[in-house]
This record gives sequence, C-alpha cells and structure tokens, in this order.
Amino acid sequence: MNWRNSNTQWGWVAIGFHWITVFMVISLFSLGLWMVGLTYYDPWYKQGPFIHKSIGVLLFLLTLARLLWRYINITPENFSAHTAWEIRAAQVSHVLLYILLFSVMLTGYLISTADGREVEVFNLFSIPATIYGIEKQEDIAGEIHLALAVILISISLIHALAAIKHHFFDKDSTLKRMIGR
Amino acid sequence: MKKIIVASLLVMGMVSTPVFAENYVLDIKGAHAFIQFKIKHLGYSWLLGRFNKFDGSFSYDEKNPAAAKIVVNIDPSSIDSNHAERDKHLRGEDFLNVKKYPEARFVSTSFEEKGNGKVVLRGDLTLHGITKPIVIDVEHIGHGKDPWGGYRRGFAGKTTLALKDFGINYDLGPASREVEMFLSIEGIRQ
Repeated sequence: MNWRNSNTQWGWVAIGFHWITVFMVISLFSLGLWMVGLTYYDPWYKQGPFIHKSIGVLLFLLTLARLLWRYINITPENFSAHTAWEIRAAQVSHVLLYILLFSVMLTGYLISTADGREVEVFNLFSIPATIYGIEKQEDIAGEIHLALAVILISISLIHALAAIKHHFFDKDSTLKRMIGR
Repeated sequence: MKKIIVASLLVMGMVSTPVFAENYVLDIKGAHAFIQFKIKHLGYSWLLGRFNKFDGSFSYDEKNPAAAKIVVNIDPSSIDSNHAERDKHLRGEDFLNVKKYPEARFVSTSFEEKGNGKVVLRGDLTLHGITKPIVIDVEHIGHGKDPWGGYRRGFAGKTTLALKDFGINYDLGPASREVEMFLSIEGIRQ
C-alpha cells in the first residue's frame, strides 16, 4: 500500500486520518457525555474536561491537515457498480460530516473561551479566546455543541452502516479500501 | 385657571405626603444595588459571585417604619462567578436549573427596627421553585438628597441560606452546604 492515494486505493495517510478521527470522535463523545455527570469530588471532575478539550483541539488540527491532504492528493474513483444516488448520498454525508466536525469543535471552543479564558491542550500549548463575552455564550454554545454532536454521531453511524451494507450485501470493496486492502 | 391647577396640585401634594409611604425604586440603572453571594470552596477558601440582573422597589415611611415593604425580583440566570464554565454549571440542573425556574424573588412580610439602624427583615424567598421564609439582618445605611435633585435611601442586608432548603442537593462537600448572601440596595424616591 502506498502512502499516497491512487485512482483505486486510499493511501495509508488518508486511511490513518480516517481511523484516528473515528477513535477520537468516539472518545470525545463518550467522555463528553460521561464527564458532565461527574460529582464534584470525583478525581475526573477536572481531568475529564481537560482531556476532552485537549483531544478536541488536536482533532481540529488533525482535520485541517486531513482536508489539506485531501486537497493536494487525488481521491480514489467511485465504484462503477454504485448507483448515482448512492454516490450522491455518500458525497453529501461526507461534506456534512466535515461541517459537523468543525461546528462541534467550534461550539466547544466557544463554551470554554466564553469569558476570555484560554483552552489548554495537555499542558503543551493553549489556544486563546477570540469570540467571547456574548450574553450567555457558554449556555448557547453548550446546547448547540451537544445537539450537533448527537447529529454527528448519528450521521457517522449511518455512514458506518452504509459501509457494512456495501461489504456484506453488495460484496464490494468500499470497506476493504478503507482498511487498506 | 392656571393658579387653580397649581393650588390644587399643591394641596394634593400636602395631603398625600403624610398619608402614603414614600416609594423607592432600586437604582438598577446606576448599579447602586448588589446581590452577592459567597460559599466556601472545599472549606479552604471563599468563592464569591453575584447576580447581575434584578430589580425591585421598597416603601418606607419614617413615621411608620414597621409598614415598610420590599420586593426584589432576581434573574437567577444572571449568576456571575467570574468563570463562564462554572456559571453554566450553576445555571444548569445541578444547581439553579434556570430553565425550569427562571425567576427568583424576595417579598418582605415584616420590617422590624431594632434601633441604631438595625432592622430584622422577614420575608419569603422563592428560589429554585421553592418558597421559604427567611430572615435578613438589615442595616439602614443612610438617606438624603443626592447631588442631582433626587432623594435616596439605602440598606444592606445579610443572610445565610442552606442549599438543601431550596432543593439544591449537588454535593459540594461538608463545608459548602450554606451560602451567605449579601444585599446592598439603594432606592431612588419616586
């Protein structure tokens, strides 16, 4: 397997981006839902949000790099067996997933920086606040953050089910291509 | 005709002044009123905060102070502890649940002057959807003309609330079960 994409294959860089994103999104979603229910004396009460924010910022940087990689690289062609609506639906959901990823990360950032505080990333560096001080910013951003995250996970699930359908029912190599085979 | 109107207004003024207590509206525009709270953090330090949005009025008659009345409406979602994420938590279901209970209010039931400017103010506080009688130790700070043609009167009050009395059961630790409230209000006579 090549590190770059070809007309028929994803390269390992693109594949790596995809699966690291899967891992990070699932971690962020579960950690996010779990950490907001923690009690004050829980050792994770501070650690949970700290890790959640740090991973979130790293995912943002990763997604920027991923889009850049997608831009400077070729994209494997669609399978000829796929119908026009399947290709269209896949394209729309891919664009939506990217938009949702960025919106969820942006709204998360707007919660933590609502009062002008920085977001710390694993004590390595921090991201300064840009838009802050809007009335109830943390509450509004918080509600949108959760709602969009749920939509993101739902569309990801449909995306995953579609890949499984291609693998088991259509018996094409849509899924195999994403694991480098 | 003009004289009659002026004369009758004067008479009305003379008649009404002793009958009705003076009414004051809290100086919210000039922000000469504050509702602050403090609660212990872990038992190691004080955490301070305030409510930014509220309004209210009171009546006070020097000849009959026991008839004084005060009403203060507080917007609990305006809680401000100088930390957005904490304020979000405080507004949420673990604490004030401001979506379900968007209003807080204090309505006085009695005003008892103890001399030396000390007052025991009793009333009903509605917070987190629960109404409970509370007692506020009040100090009459002062009153008189302001430099801009108005007349002002101010009080300061202190009280301690147990969070569980108002149905707030989130565990902040044994040292943090009570919150101290401090109110400073200045009314402008209407």
